[in-house]
Amino acid sequence: MTIGVEGTTASAAAKTILDSEILRVEDLHTSFFLPIGELQAVRGVSFSLHRGRSLGIVGESGSGKTVLARSIMRLNLGANVEISGSAFFEGRDLLALSRREMRRIWGSDIAMIFQDPMTSLNPMVKVGRQVTEHLRKHNGVGRQEAKRIALDLLNEVRIPEAASRIDRFPHELSGGMRQRVSIASALACEPSLLFADEPTTALDVTVQHQILNLLSREQRQRNMTMVMVTHDLGVVAGRTDDILVMYAGKVVEQASTVEIFDKTQHPYTEALMRSIPRTAQASHTPLVAITGRPPVATHLPKGCAFSPRCPYVQPRCHEEDPVLAPTGTSGHKVACWYPVGSDSNREAFERNLSNRLPQTLAVAESLGADQSSETPISVPEGGLA
Amino acid sequence: MSSPSSVTAVGGSATEEEHSASSAGRVIRVLRAFAKMPWLTKLCCLWLMVVILTAALADLIPGLADPNHQGFIFGESKTNDGPSASHWLGTDNVSRDILSRLIYGARVSLIFAISGVSIGVFIGCVLGSIAGFLKGSVDSVAMSVVDVMLSFPALVGLLFVSTMLESRSLATLCLITAIFIWPRFTRVGRAAALSVAGRDFVTAAKAIGTSRRRILLREILPNVFPAVLAFGLVSMAILVILESTLSFLGLGVEIPTASWGGMIAQARQDLLINVWPLIWPSVTLIFTVYSFNNIVDWLRERVAVRSAAL
Amino acid sequence: MSKMIAGRLTRLALTLLVVSFVTFVGVNVLPGDAINALIPIDAQQDQEFVEQVREEWGLNDPMLVRYGRWLGNAVQGDLGDSIVTGRPVTDEIVHRLPITLEIMFVAVGLSLLLAIPLGLLSAYREGRRPDRVISGVAQLALSMPVFVTGLILIYFFALKLHWFPATGWNRFSKGIGPNLKTVALPAISLAITEAAVYTRVLRSDVITTLKENYILSARAKGLTDRYILFRHGLRPSLLTLVTVVGLSIGTLIGGTLVVEYLFAIPGLGRRIFSAIYQRDFMMVQGITILITAFYVIVNTVVDLAYMVVDPRIRRTS
Repeated sequence: MTIGVEGTTASAAAKTILDSEILRVEDLHTSFFLPIGELQAVRGVSFSLHRGRSLGIVGESGSGKTVLARSIMRLNLGANVEISGSAFFEGRDLLALSRREMRRIWGSDIAMIFQDPMTSLNPMVKVGRQVTEHLRKHNGVGRQEAKRIALDLLNEVRIPEAASRIDRFPHELSGGMRQRVSIASALACEPSLLFADEPTTALDVTVQHQILNLLSREQRQRNMTMVMVTHDLGVVAGRTDDILVMYAGKVVEQASTVEIFDKTQHPYTEALMRSIPRTAQASHTPLVAITGRPPVATHLPKGCAFSPRCPYVQPRCHEEDPVLAPTGTSGHKVACWYPVGSDSNREAFERNLSNRLPQTLAVAESLGADQSSETPISVPEGGLA
Repeated sequence: MSSPSSVTAVGGSATEEEHSASSAGRVIRVLRAFAKMPWLTKLCCLWLMVVILTAALADLIPGLADPNHQGFIFGESKTNDGPSASHWLGTDNVSRDILSRLIYGARVSLIFAISGVSIGVFIGCVLGSIAGFLKGSVDSVAMSVVDVMLSFPALVGLLFVSTMLESRSLATLCLITAIFIWPRFTRVGRAAALSVAGRDFVTAAKAIGTSRRRILLREILPNVFPAVLAFGLVSMAILVILESTLSFLGLGVEIPTASWGGMIAQARQDLLINVWPLIWPSVTLIFTVYSFNNIVDWLRERVAVRSAAL
Repeated sequence: MSKMIAGRLTRLALTLLVVSFVTFVGVNVLPGDAINALIPIDAQQDQEFVEQVREEWGLNDPMLVRYGRWLGNAVQGDLGDSIVTGRPVTDEIVHRLPITLEIMFVAVGLSLLLAIPLGLLSAYREGRRPDRVISGVAQLALSMPVFVTGLILIYFFALKLHWFPATGWNRFSKGIGPNLKTVALPAISLAITEAAVYTRVLRSDVITTLKENYILSARAKGLTDRYILFRHGLRPSLLTLVTVVGLSIGTLIGGTLVVEYLFAIPGLGRRIFSAIYQRDFMMVQGITILITAFYVIVNTVVDLAYMVVDPRIRRTS
């Protein structure tokens, strides 16, 4: 089952480059073995991604989104880690490759941009060097050629006065520019897949917009596949084609971006939506926080992990962990026994309300206080940010 | 309320510290810590205890030969013997029993090291705390003196002073060492005091009008002490090496007195005939210094792990 | 930036003055000593003669004056004449200084040559066998006094295997080969302990560096571990290495003196010992002040090098 372009004609056995499915993750599990116990960071995630599409992976900290990205890339998770499942990139299972083979893929086929541009660049190495050093290693490019390419890249990411900046050190650039350098570095070898791990979290709000636009532009121009990992729905709104919502190591909802925003089905996603402040609201409108706290990954509750905080929770939720299953709309999957918008969901809400369940009361209050939250969010082109 | 006994520079778990404030609790804590040591560190602890005990109680050991008894003068031709029944470690080139010389030599090294460290820790804590907490002119003066003294490389200064003065008794040596060592301890103590003085509980104490002397005694000193003590342990190793180097050069204690460095120097003379007089003191010396280093490293690791877990 | 340098240099000059003064006072504070060196005991009965000698050598002038006089001469390169040999102190120093410097230089070079790969390997394989072995050996090497190391080396490599001479020195003038033969054991004795110190420092520094985010970025670019270790991991630690070498000069100086004694090398170290035994206060003064000045200068150079190597410091100044 795939999200995205329907009707791909390639036969099941043909996993050639002509096949537009570039990444297929099957039942990925990642566990950390700590002194305090086993921490299951990723608990059976599967999805498929087609060439040229962009996917947003959204979740709180602790949801496993970063671990998921790094597990797929096999990047440095430390000792005492166990990853199972498979991640097929252009037909090859990344999880079965040796480190040496992964090294050939890193940087040249799959690239990654990290959260904090201040610390992800080496303060003692010049910017130009950092942009092209792997290009030289992977493709054997000469020094002069590399410098020219670095210049081109810096210009492409819209760094002003690139020629003089190329010989500077990272601390001489602003945060936004440093992130542009990171992006240039990631693009240097023309990767077919780009992971962006919270690329704008550490930046000023004004700069975030520019960086996200830059990423979108690059992705379109190069027909590159992009995975954007973030906790901020506003970042992915209008910028990604599809979205995966993660909670406590599992995918709880996956659909196209439009679907996610228009027809939210998982209570957690709905709660996330609700907590985004919108300009339509009156000022001083209290923000709706999700009651409760994210679960401690070493002591997950039985059944659905969101149940302690869910306004629609029912006895079944405490017993059985919901399975990610397709709903009516094509490509939209949700893991919930009482998905939002269904009749059973409304009944559950009423039942909880009369039982005066705290989280349900909180939701009812906020719904009463804020009329505009009833209308579905229409997503403008440039995103919410 | 700030209670110095529960605030340690080490940052250990609060409950453990509180419950074990009594001396019985302390002993239990030490024993528990001992059990957790890696086997090598345990061995080092044991070795040090053996060395200290035998050195201290040397006179009481039955059958221990006189370290200064030069047998060959009395016609007992036992020079340069290897290990034997009567002389467990053999004899040196003037027929003295090596084992007993080692034990008495340990005395010299230990007294030297312990006195140096004690004085250092004392001055370091007191002067360092005063300089670091009170700052101002006391600090500037003290630090200038410290800087000047630290400009002299240790051995050179020691050599220099010890030969300018006529006497080479152990007491004089200890005194001179103290002169050279206090600046280093004061530096450490001052740094610790500075960091403690900046912490909130000190500001709080000041805010309620506690006299400076009380703050010094109750808040600053107890927190400076662990850092200085740690440095003291490291210095033990360094001082043992220093003493042996001086004795080796002939600038330590007077010749007939046994000392490890002196024994090694003497072993040079007949090195090709008999290597034992070189081996025993060398091994003892190295292992003793190693023990100090090993224990200090283990302590450091434990502190690092604990503060990382916080 | 140049302001900082100027400040450092003035501090240096001041320290040199103070240090040389203290040494001078230290040497000359015992009046009996100088006299004992100049005139044998029995000849001291004649008070007039003693007075005459004191006048001649300016021993009656106040300390400050004597220091001033000495300083005036010293900056012109005249450190007085040895009481024992009568030859100018400066001559002897110049003759012997290169030897001492060579030993120290070679020792530091060897130590770094050992410490950099071992420290990197140790940090790279933190907690695993290579690290534990290297750290264990370093711990042991640290616990060996330099003369013990030297004696062991002499026993095996000189007396038993005859690869190197046990004592003595061949100057450069006799050719590099013979010179290397005599510098080998002394330098290695020093290097063993120094390398242990450097290895430990480097190891802990690189371990910290390897945890930085930019190392992860470098890995994500597909760079090899070796490249990352040397090009990204080592660079921030170069600073630390420079500092630690500078800080260890003090112990290195002491060690070199001991080593010269042990291997009977005609360097400054040995000369200062003989000067001390003979109560040759001019010589002792000259050499001590020289050594101390050297130490202070090295520390200042380390401070300055710090500024050059770390571009961040360069910028903020």
